[in-house]
Amino acid sequence: MRVDRSAVGGVLLRNYVVFLRTWRSNTVISVVDPVISLLAFGFGFGALVAKVGNIDYVEYVGTGIVAQTVLFTTIFPGMFETFFKRDYQHTYDGLLAAPVDAIDVVTAEALWLAAKASVFGLAPLTVAMVFGLDPAAGMLLIPLIGLVTGFGFACVGIFIAALASSFAAFDYVISMLVTPLFLFAGTFFPLQGLPDWVRLVAHLNPLFHTVELIRHAAFGLQPLTDLGHAVFLAGFGVLAWAVASRRMQKRLVA
Amino acid sequence: MTGPAISLRGVVKTFGERRAVDGLDLDIAPGTCVGLLGPNGAGKSTTMKMLTGQAIADSGTLSVLGLELPRQSKLARARMGVVPQDDNLDEDLTVGQAVEVFAALYRVPRSERPEAVDKALAIATLQDRRRDSVKELSGGMRRRLLIGRALVHSPEVLLLDEPTVGLDPQVRSELWGLISRLRDEGVTILMSTHYIEEAERLADDVAVMALGRVVARGVPSELVAKHVGSEALEVHAPASRLADITARAVAAGLPTRRTGASLSVLRAETFSPIDVGATGPEVGLRRRAAVLEDVFVVLTGDTGEEVA
Ligand SMILES: Nc1ncnc2c1ncn2[C@@H]1O[C@H](COP(=O)(O)OP(=O)(O)O)[C@@H](O)[C@H]1O
Ligand SMILES: [Mg+2]
Repeated sequence: MRVDRSAVGGVLLRNYVVFLRTWRSNTVISVVDPVISLLAFGFGFGALVAKVGNIDYVEYVGTGIVAQTVLFTTIFPGMFETFFKRDYQHTYDGLLAAPVDAIDVVTAEALWLAAKASVFGLAPLTVAMVFGLDPAAGMLLIPLIGLVTGFGFACVGIFIAALASSFAAFDYVISMLVTPLFLFAGTFFPLQGLPDWVRLVAHLNPLFHTVELIRHAAFGLQPLTDLGHAVFLAGFGVLAWAVASRRMQKRLVA
Repeated sequence: MTGPAISLRGVVKTFGERRAVDGLDLDIAPGTCVGLLGPNGAGKSTTMKMLTGQAIADSGTLSVLGLELPRQSKLARARMGVVPQDDNLDEDLTVGQAVEVFAALYRVPRSERPEAVDKALAIATLQDRRRDSVKELSGGMRRRLLIGRALVHSPEVLLLDEPTVGLDPQVRSELWGLISRLRDEGVTILMSTHYIEEAERLADDVAVMALGRVVARGVPSELVAKHVGSEALEVHAPASRLADITARAVAAGLPTRRTGASLSVLRAETFSPIDVGATGPEVGLRRRAAVLEDVFVVLTGDTGEEVA
């Protein structure tokens, strides 16, 4: 299996043209949702917890929700949209009849979701700024962090869609996988208070590395540690992409 | 090109225990329109999927335009147009966009795309619906759009999988006009169908498919002559008499078929009604010309009646 740039470009163009006609509903949900979470947690918990370490709670949660947004806006459409396009719209039948292979489809879909997620992640960041988060030069890295993280999680979603035989299967995935992923990543509360083994497992959670990177981008980079986080995320992305491509190939080509 | 545009040799494809395609041999000469005629489940769609690399044969060899499948499938797909059995139009797009996207997917150079799209829309006679959403199209228009879209890159080979299934008769005949124009332009067409009339009208050449293999191949009139002769004797009689007549016809090696309450005994030019016991007051007889449907029913065991 090899990636074919013009095939990926063609699928990206398709998504872009569809997006031009559907962006309103698509964007509103992706942007409003994290902003509501931010307001609810920031002020709800913020009334009880003033600071985490030396960071204001609203800023702590604000940066955490950037990561959560990237997760949600990639893994969910990775699952639901991919499944819908495959089994209901037969979109992939049309693509694969053209000079496009399963690996090209997976690559393009994941890149597309990742690109959108990296932009959607800026919404809670902006709102957090309104509530006192200071702009920092490091924040320019946040879309890139979102892109890499989003690519990996989009591939995870696509992989799950390639395994699933019905939408019902996603319920399990959401409670067994997605919920722990976003809760145990230091998004809303620090991992320090948790039992050692939970903390250990949480370090395998890619989103934990995303959260760390985003916080460091906002409050001060730690080059060596952050390089480690970045390498972890890149590795996660490559692995998820390889697994999703293989699985989708099996699912689309009988 | 001198060889066949499409060639399948001893192709086998199983899904679990089921042999969807079971030793299929099929050659399609360039510039011809071949109808792949077979009942539901005969393996027509599976054959089409193997030609586009969306199903991989267990054994046998396949080639399209001299390109070996599945190894060179991508190159072959770039030169093929495909109209699938299941409608896969992007509902969210406009008619024009739906075609434009495929122009890109099929690598039509950017500068040539507007012209290619215009041409495809003209083939589909949808120029005036260009800005409308795909959602607003009728079933017949959607099919036309699928066909136009499949031609946006001027393919040398067109695969049509049951192009008129589920459409009402008027829309069907409108599509037949469209397909017949394409055939006249010299596009190599492989069209699967389970409508005999469709194959008869459009195909230069018909391959009758049953249980995953080709059981007869040729121009419709020759197939009729070869497999069922020139005449059929239609017998109307009580069920018990029909059973008796059927038994005697079968014993004499004559093909038969049941159509509702009547029995057709084929090759009627070779015997007289008395030979099969079709005499007496309660027996009604009528002679008619043998047709392709008789071949289809006799060879595939399918009733040939529409099952929607
Ligand atoms: N993906 C698949 N998985 C399992 N069985 C299949 C699959 N595709 C086709 N089949 C089976 O293969 C046989 C041939 O199907 P198909 O090629 O769709 O026939 P046709 O198009 O002539 O109606 C049928 O029995 C069908 O159920
Ligand atoms: Mg079929």
